Amino acid sequence: MQRNTLLEYRNYRYFKIASLLTISAVLAYLFDQPAMGAYGGSWLGYLFGILSALIVVVLTLYGVRKRLPSIRTERRNSLNASSPQQDVPDRRKRQASWLRHHGATLQGWLSAHTYMGIALIVLATLHTGFQFGWNVHTLAYALMMVVIISGCYGIYAYLRMPRLMTANMGGINTFNALLLEIDDLDKQASVKSLQFSDDICAVVRKARQETLIGGNFFRQLTACQRNCPTAKAVQQLRLLGKSLKYDQLKSFDDLFLIMAHKETLVRRARLDVMYRARLEFWLYLHAPLSIAFLTALIAHIVAIFFYW
Amino acid sequence: MTEKFKIAIIGAGPAGLSAAAHAAELGISHILLEAAQQPANTIHKYQKGKLVMAEPAVLPLRSPMAFAAGTRENILTLWHEDIQRHKVNLRLGAQVDGIKGERGHFQVTLSSGQSINAEFVVLAIGLQGNIHKLGIPGGDLPTVQYHLDDPEEFKDETIVVVGGGDAGVENALALAQQNRVILINREEEFSRCKEGNFNLLQAAIKAGRIEPRVSSRIDYIDSETGNGFLLRVVAKTSEGVEIIPCHHVIARLGASPPRKLLESFGVKFPNSDITSVPELSEQYESNVPGLYIIGTLGGCPLIKQALNHGYEVVEYILGNPVEPADEPLLKQKISCFDASCSVREGLTFIRHNAPILAGLTALQLRELLLESNILTPKPDDLIFKYDDYTSSFFSILEGELAVVVKAKDGSEIYFQIKAGNFFGEMGLISGRRRSATIKAITDCVLIETPRRSMLKLINSVESVRQKLDEVSMKRVVRNCLTNTLPESELNYLLQGATIRRYKAGDVLFHQGDKADGLYLIRRGSVIISQITAGKEDVLSYVITGNYFGEMALISDKPRSKTARAASATEVVLLKAPVVIASLERNTDLRDLLAARYRENAHDTKMIEPQDKPGNLFTFLIRQGVGEATDVLLIDYSLCIRCNNCETACANTHQGIPLFNREAGPTHSHIHLPTSCRHCEHPYCMLDCPPNVIHRSVNGEVFIADGCISCGNCKNNCPYDAIQMVAVNPKFKKPGLWQALTGGAYQSEKNSIAGDDSPKKAIKCDLCKDNAMGPACVRSCPTGAAIRISPEALSLTMRDSSAVLE
Ligand SMILES: Cc1cc2nc3c(=O)[nH]c(=O)nc-3n(C[C@H](O)[C@H](O)[C@H](O)COP(=O)(O)OP(=O)(O)OC[C@H]3O[C@@H](n4cnc5c(N)ncnc54)[C@H](O)[C@@H]3O)c2cc1C
Ligand code: HEM
Ligand code: HEM
Ligand code: SF4
Ligand code: SF4
Repeated sequence: MQRNTLLEYRNYRYFKIASLLTISAVLAYLFDQPAMGAYGGSWLGYLFGILSALIVVVLTLYGVRKRLPSIRTERRNSLNASSPQQDVPDRRKRQASWLRHHGATLQGWLSAHTYMGIALIVLATLHTGFQFGWNVHTLAYALMMVVIISGCYGIYAYLRMPRLMTANMGGINTFNALLLEIDDLDKQASVKSLQFSDDICAVVRKARQETLIGGNFFRQLTACQRNCPTAKAVQQLRLLGKSLKYDQLKSFDDLFLIMAHKETLVRRARLDVMYRARLEFWLYLHAPLSIAFLTALIAHIVAIFFYW
Repeated sequence: MTEKFKIAIIGAGPAGLSAAAHAAELGISHILLEAAQQPANTIHKYQKGKLVMAEPAVLPLRSPMAFAAGTRENILTLWHEDIQRHKVNLRLGAQVDGIKGERGHFQVTLSSGQSINAEFVVLAIGLQGNIHKLGIPGGDLPTVQYHLDDPEEFKDETIVVVGGGDAGVENALALAQQNRVILINREEEFSRCKEGNFNLLQAAIKAGRIEPRVSSRIDYIDSETGNGFLLRVVAKTSEGVEIIPCHHVIARLGASPPRKLLESFGVKFPNSDITSVPELSEQYESNVPGLYIIGTLGGCPLIKQALNHGYEVVEYILGNPVEPADEPLLKQKISCFDASCSVREGLTFIRHNAPILAGLTALQLRELLLESNILTPKPDDLIFKYDDYTSSFFSILEGELAVVVKAKDGSEIYFQIKAGNFFGEMGLISGRRRSATIKAITDCVLIETPRRSMLKLINSVESVRQKLDEVSMKRVVRNCLTNTLPESELNYLLQGATIRRYKAGDVLFHQGDKADGLYLIRRGSVIISQITAGKEDVLSYVITGNYFGEMALISDKPRSKTARAASATEVVLLKAPVVIASLERNTDLRDLLAARYRENAHDTKMIEPQDKPGNLFTFLIRQGVGEATDVLLIDYSLCIRCNNCETACANTHQGIPLFNREAGPTHSHIHLPTSCRHCEHPYCMLDCPPNVIHRSVNGEVFIADGCISCGNCKNNCPYDAIQMVAVNPKFKKPGLWQALTGGAYQSEKNSIAGDDSPKKAIKCDLCKDNAMGPACVRSCPTGAAIRISPEALSLTMRDSSAVLE
């Protein structure tokens, strides 16, 4: 069973459209020799500018579409036959099936979003005619580039993290189940540790009380806790075990295994948090900056007409 | 001395109360025997504050007991007043365990050993059955309960819950929120409860919120007054005797269905099926003369019907031929085809013109008709279309219809069927889409019977099942093999043919077995697999409307593959010698099978994901996907865990997500979330008293208005796809602004209404009202979520280049 990724959506439909657009834009740019040199005010410059702005609008609408899944709801009410006799007009049925096959899914939207967004790099740059300066125009351009670059990271994360996450969970179904299992190991370890010396107990207690999963932004992204008490406990137990009497060893091994197992699970939980953070954090840049960019763009357009 | 009454009424539910109140009204000597400590025990056990519905709305009420939709508490108070007012001779705590004798001389014995004589007996003990109690010293102390109304009533107490079934586990989980809970299970594992409950329980045990005692049983309970506890439970556990001081014991040990009891009274059931209802006369009299059966026990699931039965049965006993309350409704139905005839004449006409219904008792026929529609299509009117997802059953009273089927090569073939016949049984049996289009040729009169009523009938009346199977076998052969088979050949092929039924996982035949015949599937689906070098490979997935097992017949060798039922399956098995003989004569048939044989000779294996070997398809089948029609799968190699799918579901369904993305098993990178699978034969539909769970023509299983919140569907669904929720009627779909500012989906705040508003069963409806299809799938940014049928899945798994769109 194979699913298309969003890049491959409908046999690279939007890749093809975006490539066509950029290639023709580059060709037009090369062949066009405006009297005043290439800049945003030539007719081709205007064309590129307007085209870019339209694309930006569509890209922003993605955020709207994402949150409103049901703009078309209740369209098919006549198909809502609760009694079997109700006859369904063929036309409605065909319409419904057409929509199902051709109507855009969010995956389709995101596929278009990605390729058109990247095409913007070329279109907008050609629009400027490489005229940059310290002004609101270039501010808009710069913001756009940051949005696009963050978006590219997003796509990278979307394509890469899911597999890592599935593999990392290793058959445990939910994050909560993982936490419960860690908690359970903690309890077992504290009970087991009671029969040993105070320093062993202390190490185990510290591991139980001070091990952190998640936490601040940095911890989430890097999946580590400096001097992680659990990792340390495993290390120290290794040393402490050496001074034990022979008849305690069997029990001690049990304790050690529990702690070692906990260490792997804690690692897994941290990695899971990390993957989720990496899937998400860039959006906190991408989404607000896209609004900032939109504002700058409006300022740019207003400024142009003001100068006129 | 034994007491003597004219009528002994057993069971003080709505039916029994109504009968007793009417007898009291008429001044007839009677006694009403109730096992519980209060009348209307079934209603009493409803959840607190439950809104009791008065369905069906069109049925008039005829009973001395008042009844209208209202809260449980209101209705119970009303009935208590009615009991007082009519001076009903009610005896509580009187459990009947024996009835002997016949009309005029019945002897009714109670579990206390007392006995009562009566001329007539009315049985109204409902279907709840006798709750099993702890048969130990202390089992009837007041703080030992056998049901749980409201878990919130208990706080900071120690509670011992007994029983490892769903009821016990659910109670334990609910109580564990605020109490210390000890769960006692007789068995070693909690294998009797549903997977969802099992997982929650495991988590609760791990988290220390529930303390389990397995392989344990209680020896005795005594009341203890010391240190604040009320009870002392003495239990034998696997580790010896344990003494548990506690405040309450709640035992959920199940109930024995009343059938055994009824059989011990001499009442006969038509067959062993659990849904079968005892045969009754038009006047509710059973095969034991003088013993009457009314209420749910007699096959009518709702309160209003039960109340009406109570009134009518007393009149019948007195010999008054009252019109049943539903007479005007029947009259109205019959007037659809003949305005002038009486109900009795109409019923005779039906019996005569629809032989399949001829074997019904008058009562069964009346009920059937009440639940059915009479259709009078004109020439050329469409009854149903090929591929529609409907499952009602049609009997032809008058007229002629055309059946249009698609042959295997795509051309259309016509048949005619006439009055006296029936159709629609294929969809009913298979739970799949219609295999033909049916149109009226002349003016017709049809009875359209809904799926549930028809299934009940098939399971209660042997003659219906026989007639149905006889015709169905022929149609199955035509449908699975070829529609052009001549009648004589058909009859020949069916010599010695049998219908076989299998449960999911049963083996139909093993690799190496001698070939016993040709298998035609009329319900369910089958997995064909082969063991090579010790490893089992799934080769194909065969669904209803197809045949298999031809290879060994043609090659005359033992079976080269194993066939296993993927879900509950029914096949028509044609005997090997008959098929072989027929193949020798009939070249068309031989060519047909030979073509398939060659095609299968180089069968390809199903493609398995590379990153984790193991059989994905087998995994899915084991998870019950074989009985699904549309299942939500998530490709975890694409899913970014954003839960946008759930959010979209909530935003389109009163703010409540109808599935749980994270819960559910994962195999390789395919995740099977906890969500509705729109089963071929939905379990949730099995026992919905107001019958409001339907399947739309497109196949979506949904709950229409009229849910009485009994929770049966939730309990019956093995896949945890139904929730009971108090939906906030004021929920508004989020507007654009709300959506953009993040206020869109606020399940808890916006949609779950206060405690006192009525709960309703809600489940996935596949966004049937939206032209674009399910919101979950549409709203997945990475395309990880898909909805698919098992057969489509099996096809894509056999073709490595296939991509699921
Ligand atoms: C949770 C739930 C919700 C429901 N909600 C609705 C609703 O909203 N509206 C509606 O119309 N219907 C509803 N129903 C269905 C309704 O409860 C039944 O139709 C109705 O109770 C049937 O009445 P009855 O008299 O046939 O049987 P019951 O009400 O079951 O009464 C049988 C009585 O017999 C007693 N009994 C049993 N065995 C013996 C014995 N051996 N000796 C003496 N007494 C005995 C029992 O204790 C009981 O009191 C609901 C059902 C359930 C389970
Ligand atoms: C994605 C959208 C856009 C971006 C990123 C963008 C960016 C720029 C930049 C960086 C310049 C060069 C400024 C300079 O010379 O210093 C420029 C020039 C110009 N842009 Fe845009 N622009 C966009 C859309 C538009 C639109 C929609 C219009 C017209 C409606 C437009 C009209 C112009 C004009 C007329 C100039 C020339 C101004 C001048 O040189 O004085 N631009 N743009
Ligand atoms: C000017 C260019 C762009 C604008 C204005 C823009 C705007 C947006 C907006 C408004 C959102 C919605 C955020 C949300 O609702 O949470 C979004 C999401 C996203 N964008 Fe962009 N974007 C641009 C370019 C790009 C590019 C070039 C890429 C990728 C190469 C990209 C990838 C994404 C991704 C992956 C998401 C998240 C999808 C999701 O999780 O639903 N964007 N973008
Ligand atoms: S609710 Fe449960 S039983 Fe009903 S169709 Fe869905 S999965 Fe099947
Ligand atoms: S919407 Fe898609 S990517 Fe997001 S959680 Fe659901 S299945 Fe996964």
